Amino acid sequence: MGRQLTISCFRYNPNIPGDKPRMQDYKLEEYEGMTLFVALNEIREKLDPTLMFDFVCRAAICGSCAMLINGRPRLACKTMTRTLPSRFTVMPLPVFKLIGDLSVDTGTWFRNLQIRTESWIHTNKKFDFNALEVRMENKTAEAIYEPERCIECGCCVAACVTANIREDFLGATGINRVARFILDPRDERSNAEYFEVVGNEDGAFGCVGIMACADLCPMEIPLQENLAFVRRKMAAAGLKLQFPGVKIS
Amino acid sequence: MSAKHTHISDVLVIGAGLAAERSAIEAAEAGLSVIILSLVPPRRSHSTAAQGGMQASLGNAAMAKGDNPQIHFEDTVKGSDWGCDQEVAKMFTETVPSMIRQLDYWGVPWNRVTAGKKKLPSGLEVEDTKDREGLITARDFGGVAKWRCCYTSDGTGHTVQFVVDTVVCKLGIPVHDRMEAISLIHDGETCFGAVARDLRTGDLNVYLAKSTVIATGGAGRIYAASTNAVINEGTGGAIALSTGVVPLGNMEAVQFHPTGMPPVYILMTEGARGDGGYLLDKNLHRFMPDYEPKKKELASRDVVSRRMVQHIRAGYGVDSKFSTQQHLWLDIRHLGRQWVWTNLREIATIATNFNGLDPAKDLVPVIPTQHYTMGGVRTNKDGFAYGLKGLFAIGEAACWDLHGFNRLGGNSLAETVTAGYIVGKQLAKYTLGATQTFNYKLIEDFVKKEEERIKNLISGKNGRENVWEIRAAMQTAMMDHVHIFRTGPALEQGVAKLQELYRRSLKIGLRSSGQGANPELAQALRMPGMLRTALCVAYGALMRTESRGSHFREDYPKRDDTNWLKRTLAYWKEGADLPTLDYEPVACPYMPPGDRGYGEATAGPKK
Ligand SMILES: Cc1cc2nc3c(=O)[nH]c(=O)nc-3n(C[C@H](O)[C@H](O)[C@H](O)COP(=O)(O)OP(=O)(O)OC[C@H]3O[C@@H](n4cnc5c(N)ncnc54)[C@H](O)[C@@H]3O)c2cc1C
Ligand code: FES
Repeated sequence: MGRQLTISCFRYNPNIPGDKPRMQDYKLEEYEGMTLFVALNEIREKLDPTLMFDFVCRAAICGSCAMLINGRPRLACKTMTRTLPSRFTVMPLPVFKLIGDLSVDTGTWFRNLQIRTESWIHTNKKFDFNALEVRMENKTAEAIYEPERCIECGCCVAACVTANIREDFLGATGINRVARFILDPRDERSNAEYFEVVGNEDGAFGCVGIMACADLCPMEIPLQENLAFVRRKMAAAGLKLQFPGVKIS
Repeated sequence: MSAKHTHISDVLVIGAGLAAERSAIEAAEAGLSVIILSLVPPRRSHSTAAQGGMQASLGNAAMAKGDNPQIHFEDTVKGSDWGCDQEVAKMFTETVPSMIRQLDYWGVPWNRVTAGKKKLPSGLEVEDTKDREGLITARDFGGVAKWRCCYTSDGTGHTVQFVVDTVVCKLGIPVHDRMEAISLIHDGETCFGAVARDLRTGDLNVYLAKSTVIATGGAGRIYAASTNAVINEGTGGAIALSTGVVPLGNMEAVQFHPTGMPPVYILMTEGARGDGGYLLDKNLHRFMPDYEPKKKELASRDVVSRRMVQHIRAGYGVDSKFSTQQHLWLDIRHLGRQWVWTNLREIATIATNFNGLDPAKDLVPVIPTQHYTMGGVRTNKDGFAYGLKGLFAIGEAACWDLHGFNRLGGNSLAETVTAGYIVGKQLAKYTLGATQTFNYKLIEDFVKKEEERIKNLISGKNGRENVWEIRAAMQTAMMDHVHIFRTGPALEQGVAKLQELYRRSLKIGLRSSGQGANPELAQALRMPGMLRTALCVAYGALMRTESRGSHFREDYPKRDDTNWLKRTLAYWKEGADLPTLDYEPVACPYMPPGDRGYGEATAGPKK
């Protein structure tokens, strides 16, 4: 027989008139290999069909299922219950708009981020259907892939001191996204143009350096290095804007 | 209640996966207004889970030299066991190289050719030449004559979906996520849009458009064990089927991927075998060469999956610590830590996360698992759905019929963007010439019908059946009766069970109040449609008395081109509890039926 688990869940559905935020306990029996994906679905199917949460890939690659598990932002689908005490809490991620219970609206937040940072390749070249691709070093492709691996789960945002108090802060994920385009030779934006996007307190200079994000990234993206990289570029671009004659490598 | 909002556009795209977004781009670039609906934000669509890569005959890598669309075409037709539409396969293989390059132009960080001599795990030495350095490279995959699977590490679906979505952002195409289409609005001749339920609030919305595109992905979740995302419930096909006039094509053609990892059945990409991985049995013997001396682990998926089950049946399976079901091993240790954690990093992480294994030093348990829905909303080669004007279908939800009875690995992602482009152009042309008509009475009737369903589910007017129990029973029935090896009697029993479940699904009553974006209500609304879909699979399989590609009948083990060179069309008539099956011929204008060069026809069973 497995352990008896008590999962204490945040409950609140803003779309139901009169509903109030509360914690609700669910008890179930643990078994070998149980993940929170399995556990929460079991609650929904056997104990409480109203419980709202989001899973899509259940393989830790789509970023749908981040929540606070015993206070820490994590992907629920890859969290094994055996790594947790027999009683633990699950809460929705902060910062993002609550949809209901454990479900939050990361989609809208990230859409706005893409649009604000104009996260697409900016180029004046036209695509030619008959031409070969432009050559690129494999090293460069791999370097772009590294930040591109972000799954937009929101863990870094939820853990971020600045994002919790400044609504417009791009967060580690936003800065990482910009790093991805700076690294990409196909994007023709100049550093000065990127400066417009992230060279301010809502971008690369808003971070106060606590770096809770870096340990929490489920994809283990080097967020700290990417921040440093973007800051260096932006500091240089900033100087250049102030002192146009100065040569900076 | 009545519809909360009505949205009007030229084109309505149901789905935000790769097929959906690529077609939306084409329509928007033609100057049309487009709205995209999705269950989830686009970047969480199942396309992002694709790992291995995309087939295109670029011919850059050493082992790809001499490749061209014709060879890709031949591989595709053989893979399909001559079940595909050869016109479509021709168009596809000729277009896909420029699609890959366009994705590159948009920003996909394709892995590139690095020059130099290399020793492959097979011992073969190859040289990537200087003249190709920096061009897009490729890896080996199952059932192909050349290396043509273009990739970004093993996160290809992720990078491609992210990049295509950047173009959607740039063009400003609105995406209404958490918005589920629950029925199509039509008059039996023309489709006018869809009724959708808002998964944030529970409200009903009406979407009206000149053209509606179904791009809702696969239906893997009719099975208990599937590599598919949990949202892949086949609802797009189901709402098309419910019209009574739109058929689903070849639903019995279901792909089982050789390497799902128990107990969670997450996929271990075919790239693992493409890159040189082996399959081992309980004696750690590499058994595939015994069955398939030529292609070994890289015969087509249907063949490898059958060989694996056959080998387990012969007593060589490994006992599982999780269940009574035995498994086999995937071995990639010999590829080396560097390779495993660079080029197969995603699956290495998955093995670590879910089984505590490091594939650079541990064997990974694998078992053939439901993976891909070859069937879907039947369309012509321009993507126009049969049965309704103004309705289109693309991607895994469609039966455009690139894949016939077995899809080649890497051909599906490639299909999504290529069909998105080809069908997108056709649909733009159609839409530019179409006029929008609003028949308010008709629209109101469709909304009322959905409201009525919701009311009855909440009040329990039709019964008190439990939706989760019915879903679980359906998934088990599909595993037990409609899996890799099929027989007449087992299928008959399966059909009977599913029919019974279908009747029960019409009597579901909610346990909860159904208020707001209630998840029980969402599942209950889908359930009859999922069972109709499952019945199309099971009944189609029962009636097809031959073996072709992934459809294997132990009682009819041979392909039968005299009687069965045809495509199944399943219709659902109002009030029925079984689909009505019709058939259309499959033409072979370029390549007459022949031997695949692998599989049961050429290699004998294990002695
Ligand atoms: C684990 C895995 C790995 C794979 N790897 C490869 C690979 O390496 N190479 C390859 O070629 N293929 C691969 N495939 C197959 C391939 O990924 C899929 O076939 C393909 O991505 C499907 O794309 P799609 O656009 O048709 O659908 P999806 O990407 O599944 O998108 C469907 C969309 O429809 C939406 N939707 C569904 N129903 C509704 C509704 N009722 N209302 C509104 N929206 C709805 C969803 O929200 C989603 O946005 C893999 C598949 C799996 C399962
Ligand atoms: S469900 Fe996709 S990351 Fe957890």
